[in-house]
Amino acid sequence: MSRQIVVPFGPQHPVLPEPIHLDLVLEDERVVEAIPSIGYIHRGLEKLVEKRDFKDYVFISERICGICSFIHGATYCQSVEKIMGVEIPRRAEFLRAIWSEHSRMHSHLLWLGCFADSMGYENLFMNCWKVREKILDVMERTTGGRIIQGVNRVGGVSRDIDAEELKRIASGIPGLRADFTELTRIFDEDLTVQTRTKGIGMLPRDKAWDLGAVGPVLRGSGHAVDTRCTGYGAYDELDFKPVVRNESDCYARCMVRAEELFTSLDLVENAIDRIPAGDILTKVRGNPTGEFHARAEQPRGEVIHYVKANGKKNLVRHRVRTPTLANIPPLVHMLAGCELADVPVIVLTIDPCIGCMER
Amino acid sequence: MKIGVMAITVLKNLVKGPDTIRYPSQPAKVTEATRGHLVNHIEDCTFCSLCQMHCPADAIKVSRPDRTWTLNQFQCVICGCCMSYCPKDCLLIEQTYLPPTTEEIIVTLIGPDEEKPEEQRNGGNRG
Ligand code: SF4
Ligand code: SF4
Repeated sequence: MSRQIVVPFGPQHPVLPEPIHLDLVLEDERVVEAIPSIGYIHRGLEKLVEKRDFKDYVFISERICGICSFIHGATYCQSVEKIMGVEIPRRAEFLRAIWSEHSRMHSHLLWLGCFADSMGYENLFMNCWKVREKILDVMERTTGGRIIQGVNRVGGVSRDIDAEELKRIASGIPGLRADFTELTRIFDEDLTVQTRTKGIGMLPRDKAWDLGAVGPVLRGSGHAVDTRCTGYGAYDELDFKPVVRNESDCYARCMVRAEELFTSLDLVENAIDRIPAGDILTKVRGNPTGEFHARAEQPRGEVIHYVKANGKKNLVRHRVRTPTLANIPPLVHMLAGCELADVPVIVLTIDPCIGCMER
Repeated sequence: MKIGVMAITVLKNLVKGPDTIRYPSQPAKVTEATRGHLVNHIEDCTFCSLCQMHCPADAIKVSRPDRTWTLNQFQCVICGCCMSYCPKDCLLIEQTYLPPTTEEIIVTLIGPDEEKPEEQRNGGNRG
């Protein structure tokens, strides 16, 4: 047996957009074990809930993550609305769904770009981000923010999308679909992508379930689990089928995300067709009492926002279970036995969002 | 598995030129909705401190005795929360982004004197 050495990976590493540290125990070039350590960017956002008015906290909950911010804000609002017994206008639920799906598309395109970058494929990286810019333009036009939308409120949303703008979004969909088709074709056919992803970072179907994987990691291992199937918000009225792949490797997780771009586009189209007219914000009076946990599907998987309140304007507890944390044990399993050169690619396939994991 | 699947896209991109703009020498794209930076029409402000109380980023300091309203532009995340609480609607978000800088910018606005309400009104009209 050869000698074992430990190579640190991160917290600063070219492929890591955010800091996570892995101690890789190597035997020659093969990883025997990966030991993760987290906690580099803990910001104490959950604690802030005790100091801030529960309505102002929406802005903080949105800033838990710099990529899937909209869905964090919406899920926090969902949970507070639930304990206050507030029924939000149907139109607001549809608007949240439209923005959530745009968030998902921009997050997946960002990830596809970073993934290409982790293989050293700069050209493809830039192309993904070029397409992503079109989604961000829609976000900025409709909400005022490219990444942090700031339109969620307890009781609905603060901005409406008028009929003309909805038409404009709908007219952009065929162009986006063509762009997505081209990108998916490249990821599906390119020799570089294939050799770097196929059969690498295996997470068998039963292991994915046992280790509690969520989101595209779980769906890439053959489980049709997606929180949107529970029909929260407007999703009960929208046609939706989760994307599932059975290969269980890096390629499968990549293709799940690529194909989810199309489902998101279909959902947006669907929502624009069915959006009802009406109010967008219900006036919320009083303070919340009780506890609830709301679940939603983020680009990275299922997120849970737990809130507890005792009739004061500050909540007692806010706890977020983010998808990245759930995907760390599966990551450790995937890394055991892989080649050192494949580590960046495998780490990226869980779409690590450390900022939101550590809050 | 093929090679050169991106060749056509690459050629197209080469012909088309860059998709990016040279910000900040070229102005950034903004829309009507863009949240660029926060301004206060100080002549209408009553120094009630509601904006300070509700700012999630603790970016505002209001002093009623000194009649000053101070904004730390580095700390402000342009969320618009303060705007929704202002009873006088004197806070406004403008579309343009602030220029990049390496130093903290703190804006202090001093309100017109309270003792002379007449002058204040005239001043407001002139502005
Ligand atoms: S809330 Fe409005 S009126 Fe009150 S101090 Fe702030 S800016 Fe002035
Ligand atoms: S825009 Fe937001 S962060 Fe900026 S001063 Fe107002 S409340 Fe504070």
